[in-house]
Amino acid sequence: MSKLTPVLSAFWDQKDSFTIEGYKRNGGYKAIEKALSMPEDDVIKLVKDSGLRGRGGAGFPTGMKWGFIPQGDNKEHYFVVNADESEPGTCKDTPLLMANPHSLIEGIIIGSYAIRANYAFIYIRGEVAHVIRRVQQAIDDAYKAGYLGKNILGKGFDLELVLHVGAGAYICGEETALLDSLEGFRGQPRLRPPFPAIAGLYARPTVVNNVESVASVPAIIDKGVEWFAAMGTEKSKGFTLYSLSGHVKNPGQFEAPLGITLRELIEMAGGIRNGHKLKFWTPGGSSTPLFTDAHLDTPLDYEGVAAAGSMLGTKALQIFDETVCIVRAVLRWTEFYKHESCGKCTPCREGTWWLVQILQDLESGKGEAKDLDKLLDLCDNIAGRSFCALADGAASPIISSIKYFRDEYLEHLKQGGCPFDPAKSTLFDLAETR
Amino acid sequence: MPLTSKDDALIESIIKRYPRSRSAIMPLLHLAQARDGYVTPESIEVIAEKLALETAEVNAVATFYTQYKRKPVGEYHVGICTNTLCAVMGGDAIFEAIKEHLGVENDEVTSDGKVSVEHIECNAACDYAPVVMVNWEFYDNQTVQSTKDLVDSCRAGKPIPPTRGPNELPTWKANSEVLAGINDGKAGEGVAAGEATLLGLKIAKGQR
Repeated sequence: MSKLTPVLSAFWDQKDSFTIEGYKRNGGYKAIEKALSMPEDDVIKLVKDSGLRGRGGAGFPTGMKWGFIPQGDNKEHYFVVNADESEPGTCKDTPLLMANPHSLIEGIIIGSYAIRANYAFIYIRGEVAHVIRRVQQAIDDAYKAGYLGKNILGKGFDLELVLHVGAGAYICGEETALLDSLEGFRGQPRLRPPFPAIAGLYARPTVVNNVESVASVPAIIDKGVEWFAAMGTEKSKGFTLYSLSGHVKNPGQFEAPLGITLRELIEMAGGIRNGHKLKFWTPGGSSTPLFTDAHLDTPLDYEGVAAAGSMLGTKALQIFDETVCIVRAVLRWTEFYKHESCGKCTPCREGTWWLVQILQDLESGKGEAKDLDKLLDLCDNIAGRSFCALADGAASPIISSIKYFRDEYLEHLKQGGCPFDPAKSTLFDLAETR
Repeated sequence: MPLTSKDDALIESIIKRYPRSRSAIMPLLHLAQARDGYVTPESIEVIAEKLALETAEVNAVATFYTQYKRKPVGEYHVGICTNTLCAVMGGDAIFEAIKEHLGVENDEVTSDGKVSVEHIECNAACDYAPVVMVNWEFYDNQTVQSTKDLVDSCRAGKPIPPTRGPNELPTWKANSEVLAGINDGKAGEGVAAGEATLLGLKIAKGQR
């Protein structure tokens, strides 16, 4: 038997899994009956006790975040879902929302009730039209069924839920940039404190949670804290979606207890593609320091990955085999960070440009060996010196790749160019299609 | 045609979604693209007036986000992912081949106005790499040949349907309405999930 624990994904193989009928047939909207009958603070306590931690990257305990909202303050509270999934390699919330948007909506109702918010938003990236359709339809159907709007289930709780569609800015996945964007401004991060729990959307107390975190709540309410906490590891409880992509035979989504290893996941994915071997991988998107084949048995939970020098992030496991040039890969990510830097903070805005220039020189063999030290020095002056973590993310692949593959950088200088043939990394035969 | 008085009721309904009107800028910009295909100065003026803002404030927002276009794109806007993972798995080759095939550069439109091409960043479908988007619908597991066939079908006015999306590929303007939050009634079309999405579930069920 496999170690997998499909909960969110349990019925995605049913043709109508995304409809309200499909969701209810599989036990959906039962958890709100239970949650809305509990005192609000008890709901927060239950989510705290479950040990659920944020699935969007940082791993902050979800219940604790809810508990930070000041109560009895006579201010409006807002519940905001971050569905701006854009971290390179990350592809879990998008299929979740395509196959099962109602699990998110049920989680939003519970979360909003708990923090005493009567207005909630889903901020979704704009480049996924069909997912936007599915979520919009799910919201419309939830209103019709009386799960949204006035006096939900006759419990005296009101909730408006609005889908807000972004327009192609990675930075809006950063929670304060997201809030600025939702307020109708350019999406640029805010200085903290104050944190969103005190002054978030429209300067009111606001919770911002990732899609997967919120969608996990109904199951926890329904099946209980003990059921949830029995999965995972001591400090990383529960199940989560691992997204395996790249040079494995069968890429895909795997819902498993926290703490599973890449070795186990790759085996389920049918191994590395035929005739090739693992070279490097990201544990949680391109902003998390790279791992190599030395990390195949690292437990993929928050502590395990951190102890090995990276971050669990979004559990976006991008797998690259030995045909891939590390410099090409890192340069491309760096170009991404340069493009997506919002321009607010000088170290990030200027620094990411310089990182690209130097990496381009190195890739084309025009650089010098001391450029590697310059890169590391630049990273040191960029990471941690801006309002948000985008620059930290930009530094991660550079620092970690030089740590593990310094010789490969130097080989570019020796050969006066890239020693790799990009055609060998492609999945299709280039000669046939030209 | 820019936003006009015919759109007044729709614009009002979008503004009413939000506790504060300024939040409606983004959906209104998507709506402007649904009318003209891109954000025109005329639409900027309409949005500024409706939200009691300066045009400069609306322009500041419109120019920040890459999905808002400042010049016309094709009826079918093709986005080819060239972020690292898709790039190495074939996205770079696809992007080069399609530019050559269509005779356009990045961010350009074919002379018939049918197809425009842009290299895009990670589109959250990495388990289906290499990924191509047309009008922000998913085309999974692409090759050079399949993408050539796709853009040819778009130019011929009979686009190949998306892999995970509606039965027929909507136009750029039609999908811009969806992005403005207008339900086009097509949510029920297409698969619930693709093969890669279901892989773990099938293994857990002993089906693979």
